[in-house]
Amino acid sequence: MQPVTVITGQMAPLPRANVDTDQIIPKQFLKRVERSGFGPFLFWDWAQDAEGELDPEFILNRPEYANAVVLVSGPNFGSGSSREHAPWAIEDRGFRAIIAPSFADIFWGNCYNVGLLPVVLTEEEVARLTELAGDPANVVTIDLASQTVTSGDFTASFDIDPGAKHRLLNGLDTIALTLGHADEIDAFEQTRPRWMPSVKSANV
Amino acid sequence: MESPRTLFDKVWDDHVVLTDDDGVDLLFIDLHLVHEVTSPQAFEALDIAGRAVHRPDLTLATIDHGVPTADRELGILDPLSKKQIDTLIANCERTGIELFDISDPRSGIVHVIGPEQGLTQPGMTIVCGDSHTATHGAFGALAIGIGTSQVEHVLATQTLSQPKPKSMSITVDGTLPAGVTPKDVILGIIARIGFNGGGGHVIEYRGSVFEDMSMEGRMTVCNMSIEAGARAGMIAPDETTFDYLRGRPHAPTGPDWDAAVEYWRTLATDPGATFDIEVVIDAADLAPYVSWGTNPSQTIRITDMIPDPESFDDPHDRDAARRALAYMDLEAGTPITDVPVDVVFLGSCTNARIEDLRAAAAVVDGHRVADGVRALVVPGSGLVKLQAEEEGLDEIFLDAGFEWRDAGCSMCLGMNPDILQPGERCASTSNRNFEGRQGRDGRTHLVSPAMAAAAAIEGRFVDIRGWS
Ligand code: SF4
Repeated sequence: MQPVTVITGQMAPLPRANVDTDQIIPKQFLKRVERSGFGPFLFWDWAQDAEGELDPEFILNRPEYANAVVLVSGPNFGSGSSREHAPWAIEDRGFRAIIAPSFADIFWGNCYNVGLLPVVLTEEEVARLTELAGDPANVVTIDLASQTVTSGDFTASFDIDPGAKHRLLNGLDTIALTLGHADEIDAFEQTRPRWMPSVKSANV
Repeated sequence: MESPRTLFDKVWDDHVVLTDDDGVDLLFIDLHLVHEVTSPQAFEALDIAGRAVHRPDLTLATIDHGVPTADRELGILDPLSKKQIDTLIANCERTGIELFDISDPRSGIVHVIGPEQGLTQPGMTIVCGDSHTATHGAFGALAIGIGTSQVEHVLATQTLSQPKPKSMSITVDGTLPAGVTPKDVILGIIARIGFNGGGGHVIEYRGSVFEDMSMEGRMTVCNMSIEAGARAGMIAPDETTFDYLRGRPHAPTGPDWDAAVEYWRTLATDPGATFDIEVVIDAADLAPYVSWGTNPSQTIRITDMIPDPESFDDPHDRDAARRALAYMDLEAGTPITDVPVDVVFLGSCTNARIEDLRAAAAVVDGHRVADGVRALVVPGSGLVKLQAEEEGLDEIFLDAGFEWRDAGCSMCLGMNPDILQPGERCASTSNRNFEGRQGRDGRTHLVSPAMAAAAAIEGRFVDIRGWS
């Protein structure tokens, strides 16, 4: 994973609540076995009509937002399924961070694992940023180390779990970190009661 | 003296391998369920890093999302689905993970087969790359949906690193009115606490309504915990749980059974334990529900009218209601019983167990599906299908004009050929009514199996309580 430190660039406003994973990446695109290439299908049903005609008004179709790196949206962003294809698609489209008043839990965890920074700000702060994002000339800077978001004279700070912050800043491989505790895992496994089920042993 | 702990605390504490400097726990995972959609990238990454699957013996794979539920002898015609399924088969062969192939009667929807095989047991930690993993909490297990990176982490280490969620209790006491099913209980709960009302929390469902509920019903309730945003849902194990498990292929036997039950009995929340949020609902206030919108909290009683968006105080709710009515092509003020349906889908990990099919068959028996309505039954697993056929339920459905299918996720999310056409309106026993979930521009109304069956007969939503 690439380290996440400072993210600077354009914002794309998507001011709606409960943006769900079925909208972020519809099911027909979940059949790929690859990890990349989901970007073109991002918000598929909102980006175009049933005939495949692009909606010129949809924010991600507007050429002036082509370089956006931060998505600014409403509460409960990423609700629904566990599909990591959702953050993959957002990341593949060039986004590095999402700012919203709240996120759905699984999506939130997936973002960290993908290296896409989810930032929670208050409703008022998000409303102000949404306004600022309305002018594509405005630029936002998210500094993970200092946990701040700035855009012009707007500044806000955000919370983040210290462990997640450390891993993002250093681009750490969480599996390698856990494998470093192989001895503790082995020791734990010795204590499991013998009646706990195993897939390999059925009583038939 | 030890301070009183909740069911969730106990299961959590018993799985902590270590706690890191930031206070985040590394949990041991007792069972990892895998399906074809969320696993290929995890296996690939593992392979590239040269890492092995740590505990194939605690991992079970099935194929459910992309399988056709009719004409299976033709094979998987969609080349992308076929590739995804073949990839899972190859990954399981390579890593020694047991896979219930499509031809295996034990195969089916991942959250139906784990309990059916007795692999889901009280006090376990269970994960799957699927948000409805919460289903397994019905047994008093801590069951969490995870993303593909976490699937990879669990494959490699059999652990998951998790900050501990907060706790929430939802107590429903009293007796459920006639016609009110477990599906209605959870729809009523979500309508009450909101689409993200359980966000950041593990819910424990408590009270006489859940104590009196069957395991199938408890699974329906826990399954939809995620539709209230919760990390997991749990119900304390009791005699109903033990009776369900006894004799299943992976349940302990002999002295092991006794030891297991002794442990399982210790899991219930201690008297005096507290939760971060406590919600109390009177069973008598619940009714049969129908969702009208595009998230599962946008739900009303069958006797209600489609709400006016202006009646919502919260601006986000108002905006969401406006969008939902436009998408669903509904007018505020219309009684929901005036709304006609085109399709009825009886299936999904929420409501495709034997009890659900029995409830629907009891309604359907001796009737015909209304003209112009397409109705299909998709059992949750091959074994559910066999059991239903043994009981003659297939005949009842077929005689009434339903399609009788093979097991799979099917029209719950339409990754296989079973999808809604644009504009079609569906009474569905599944769990999500998001825009396009069952097919682009398709309109989903979430209901119980009995309500779905009655809607199929009448061609519109009806109150099951007055219907015969
Ligand atoms: S039945 Fe639906 S909700 Fe359940 S696992 Fe399958 S797709 Fe997911």
